[in-house]
Amino acid sequence: MLHLRVAEPMRECEYSQISTRSSTPMETPYKKRTPKRRKWQAFPGRNKFFCNGRIMMARQTGVFYLTLVLILVTSGLFFAFDCPFLSMQITPAIPVIGGVLFVFVLGTLFRTSFSDPGVLPRATPDEAADLERQIDVANGSSSGYRPPPRTREVVINGQTVKLKYCFTCKIFRPPRASHCSLCDNCVERFDHHCPWVGNCVGKRNYRFFYMFILSLSFLTIFIFAFVITHVILRSHRYGFLNTLKDSPASVLEVVVCFFSVWSIVGLSGFHTYLISSNQTTNEDIKGSWSSKRGKGNYNPYSHGNVFTNCCAALCGPLPPSLIDRRGFVQSDTPQPIPPTNGITMYGSTQSQSHMAAATPLLQSEPVILTDEAFLPGRTSLGGPCSGALPLGGHPTPPTSTPNLSCDNDMLPLRNEQSDGLRHHHTDGGHHHFLTPEEAPSPPGMLPCGSPLGHSHTIQGFYNPASQDSLHEDSVRGLVKLSSV
Amino acid sequence: MATEFHNLQELRQSPSLATKVFIQRDYSEGTVCRFQIKFPSELGSRIERTLFEDTVKTLNTYYAEAEKVGGQSYMEGCLACATAYFIFLCMETRYEKVLKKISGYIQEQNEKIYAPRGLLLTDPVERGMRVVSFLSNTLIYCHGRSSYQKLAI
Repeated sequence: MLHLRVAEPMRECEYSQISTRSSTPMETPYKKRTPKRRKWQAFPGRNKFFCNGRIMMARQTGVFYLTLVLILVTSGLFFAFDCPFLSMQITPAIPVIGGVLFVFVLGTLFRTSFSDPGVLPRATPDEAADLERQIDVANGSSSGYRPPPRTREVVINGQTVKLKYCFTCKIFRPPRASHCSLCDNCVERFDHHCPWVGNCVGKRNYRFFYMFILSLSFLTIFIFAFVITHVILRSHRYGFLNTLKDSPASVLEVVVCFFSVWSIVGLSGFHTYLISSNQTTNEDIKGSWSSKRGKGNYNPYSHGNVFTNCCAALCGPLPPSLIDRRGFVQSDTPQPIPPTNGITMYGSTQSQSHMAAATPLLQSEPVILTDEAFLPGRTSLGGPCSGALPLGGHPTPPTSTPNLSCDNDMLPLRNEQSDGLRHHHTDGGHHHFLTPEEAPSPPGMLPCGSPLGHSHTIQGFYNPASQDSLHEDSVRGLVKLSSV
Repeated sequence: MATEFHNLQELRQSPSLATKVFIQRDYSEGTVCRFQIKFPSELGSRIERTLFEDTVKTLNTYYAEAEKVGGQSYMEGCLACATAYFIFLCMETRYEKVLKKISGYIQEQNEKIYAPRGLLLTDPVERGMRVVSFLSNTLIYCHGRSSYQKLAI
């Protein structure tokens, strides 16, 4: 079938050489090629990356280093001071088993800390715009009042579950996903944010986390038991005080292990319960599926029996990471010329400037994020507010999509410290985790009041203006074609 | 004869053609990866309903296969646990293998069915498994990376 839409005769693709890319003599200086960046360098969340994107952690890693030091020092002292005596007096299997446990603990710790917990990438501008349109249609025309919070209801295995809209990530969160305010990401099957491992615990690293605390429990009990044995055996021979003089490290190990055992073993027990009932810490804290909420309230995700739940959590398939950390940021999108009709956008906090750069008309690879450097001298919409302006190919009436995202985003960060959580740990609340927030707002967020009013008036201008530059390029390309 | 042609001018005149249609996830069966089979009205008459539904159903089947908790996944899980998960450094997981199959399937579908109708199906993995998107009139990809610029005539 022949598409006869184009009047020009079909050309072989030398055209692609003189395409809308900035290789024409009319190229303006600001379009110089910048070196390719990896996506992790432009990642919008508050994460730290190492080894060129291979390792991903939360921003605050101080407590993780403490965990590491405690494990290394205690185990090191054990191997150095206690194992020689024990291996000679009892069996050399002790240091071997200890070594295996130690390696396992470190392996699972690193896996938990360094891997992607199941971060959901933020919505592309088109998706966000599409969702906004759907929400508008559902809500009817908004008269400018603050609309009700955006939720969607879905029935899962007979239980009604509410999906909440995340204003930061501009998506409807899948069931069991939650937004971590510390990392500023939506995480699938969010369990909790663990400062001890320096990362969120979510769908992709929950099993590693569980294996870590389980093996750490065994290691702690192992070290504790054998250090006590060592001290007792030695005391029989040389007396208690001499023992303490010969092996002072044992005292330190006993103290560390004693205090750790309660919290770690308690935590393992708690998570064993969670796994067997297929719940997340988040759900358990909130009592989402507790029968106290209502008669018909049950957990729709549970497989019914403990064994299947455990197998599914620990031996189920491991989904790959959805954020392509080491891929390159696609800088194909032609750089838009700053609008000349007097439109000023408020400064962008982060790399949300892509919102203005991407348009549906010229769809090359959708740019997830573009560097600020790509848009020199161009201020663009602030993060939360940019969602309010639709980026569809058609301008929408100014009254639609008003201060939706902005108002909700201005909610203060409710940082529920672990008060509600500690009761689950009768062992002493060692494990401090924070509940996810419903109102994520990155720091330095801009007030949306007046600029939004401004934006309404320019809404009619916005789309064509920003797309003019892109059109120019395309038209240039077309002109080239016709002149060939 | 496969040629590339660029109807940028046409796009300029009729911007509504260059739209993206998003198929959202279907969570009615829990957190498994499924997409809604409901035919979106924006696609209109560009594609036959049955073809569309077939594609989405096949994708759903693939994802169900990837996420199946069964014998093979248990083996993989136990083996990985026994090696303190170091084995993931050298081995590709079953999920990743199925994702590769899905990419191949999507590419094939695009070449056979969607590109001739001026549509492009994107791989959900690129959108965080949130949506399957259909792009129409994507020929401005002239400098893009995909091979879907070519239309078979």
